[in-house]
Amino acid sequence: MPKELWEGNRAFAEAAIRAGCQAYFGYPITPQTEALEHMALRMPELGRVFVQAESEVAAINMVYGAASAGVRVMTSSSSPGASLMMEGLSYIAGSEVPVVVVDVMRGGPGLGNIAPSQGDYNQIVKGGGHGDYRPIVLAPATVQELVDLTVLAFDLAEKYRGIVIVLTDGNLGQMMEPTEMPPMQPVRKMGERPAWALVGAKGRPPNIVTSIYIDPVEEEIFNRKLVGRQAEIEAAEIRFRETDLEDAEIAIVAFGTAGRIAQSAVKAAREEGIRVGLLRPISLNPYPYERVRQLSEQVRSLLVVEMNAGQMLMDVRLGVEGRVPIHFYGRMGGVVPMPDEVLDEIRKIATGNAVPVVQRSR
Amino acid sequence: MTETQMVESLIYTKPGSLMPIGTHYCPGCTHGVAHRLIAEVLDEMQLREQTIGVAPVGCAVFAYNYFNTDFAEAAHGRAPAMATGIKRVNPESIVFTYQGDGDLASIGAAEILHAAGRGENITVIFINNAIYGMTGGQMAPTTLPGQKTTSSPRGRDVELQGFPLRMCEVLAQLDGSAYIVRRSLHDVASIRKAKKALQMAFLTQQQGLGFSMVELLSTCPTNWGMSPVEALGWVESHMLPAFPLGDYKIHPALSEGKRA
Repeated sequence: MPKELWEGNRAFAEAAIRAGCQAYFGYPITPQTEALEHMALRMPELGRVFVQAESEVAAINMVYGAASAGVRVMTSSSSPGASLMMEGLSYIAGSEVPVVVVDVMRGGPGLGNIAPSQGDYNQIVKGGGHGDYRPIVLAPATVQELVDLTVLAFDLAEKYRGIVIVLTDGNLGQMMEPTEMPPMQPVRKMGERPAWALVGAKGRPPNIVTSIYIDPVEEEIFNRKLVGRQAEIEAAEIRFRETDLEDAEIAIVAFGTAGRIAQSAVKAAREEGIRVGLLRPISLNPYPYERVRQLSEQVRSLLVVEMNAGQMLMDVRLGVEGRVPIHFYGRMGGVVPMPDEVLDEIRKIATGNAVPVVQRSR
Repeated sequence: MTETQMVESLIYTKPGSLMPIGTHYCPGCTHGVAHRLIAEVLDEMQLREQTIGVAPVGCAVFAYNYFNTDFAEAAHGRAPAMATGIKRVNPESIVFTYQGDGDLASIGAAEILHAAGRGENITVIFINNAIYGMTGGQMAPTTLPGQKTTSSPRGRDVELQGFPLRMCEVLAQLDGSAYIVRRSLHDVASIRKAKKALQMAFLTQQQGLGFSMVELLSTCPTNWGMSPVEALGWVESHMLPAFPLGDYKIHPALSEGKRA
């Protein structure tokens, strides 16, 4: 298909439609509302389900219901709304139904503002709701990637019967870029619903979708199952992009919009002769710890760039294990770093004038 | 030796829409009556194979174990939202929620109000026994003024703890609601009327007329600190005056059907 100019929010909504999303439930919140508006327009004309819920709490529980019936379903929101969805996501994780969520992050905490941020990393990537569970989390850096990862999210959600969250921000949500849409997939027919789906107990024992295991031993067995699934995901679904790392002495690690900005800084630094490269994790869970470990054996130091106070930094530390110093450059509260700021940081590290946040410890 | 011919006729059995197992409910609790009435109605209307129930958080949290239908277990208060998601993608299914007073009228007040406001084509069974049962007898949104509970130990003081919510009266005001009635389970005549109301509620959904709810005044002998018989009497003496039985909303298409 030819490339068209798509705004991020409408692009991922249309991508979900193309991926066979049969129902969308959402609530308006800046900076993702265009996705809800796109669904309001498109879903009814395709004979699919759109409901504007009374809250994000209700929206995620409508998603939970539709997912229990075995259809492809999604919601999208932004940080404060994502917080409200955490209860439902925990139940969804406990019930093993496939669900896709897009979080278009904005500045926080609290009501914060409507500017781009990466402040939801810990909440989204580490679980967020109560209990032991990990969603798969995918972080795009372009509108094209946002589209492609949204389609992938539906496949992964069904493959692993769990939650996949596309973690993006107001920058990508509001940005327009030339984008190629995927081909249209049909929605699942009633006869093609999964065996566990709630469609009526005709000619079989009842199906039950529940997150209750009242016997702690059974709950532990279920928890072990989730742990095992996380191990499968870690073995098969790690994704990242990297540039200029072959001869790099400094490696930048940054995801999403921060990764895109770091890319510009790397290009400028290379023109100055600084040997710097970029690792851009795309899957934030599973995290590319092994690639970070390899880099820590190659480079002199790492620089983590984030639009938060250093949340992914903790995962980089786990990969580096003290082999090399780690520097951090973060902007918060909806402030987006300029490439020049990152370039300055690279120069300081290259000339030995930067103080790392984590020292070498072995 | 003469042979005696015995003629057996089955006059009472467990409905096919209930599983052939016991329940965890306390002796004398009316949840069992409510479950049975729903199951009888599903049997009689031949809806079992197309029905999906949504269980609440509260004493009926394990309702999914007792019905012989597909079932989902919702988060506390969210059953109407979950039922919305199911019904919208399964428009041919019959979807009902089964919720207590804390679930429906307190933590789930927004979800029930908006499901009714949307005219969501689902059926809600609302068990009102004026107390939180599962957690051990705390004040509910339907606890009566002066009623002692573990969280209103001196009796519900309306100056400090407010007034009970009358959900039928609230939801009947909304254009999206099609069938809203209050019945009671405290005696045989009331139980028969309750069953009739459940039939009408499922009929409302079958005909796609909109949101239907049957509120059932129920007992909690354990947490009221009464014998089962005393509890039934308390429904009559205390709950009926506070929660008048009646038809709060009947869709015109239903009353036409009644006449015909």
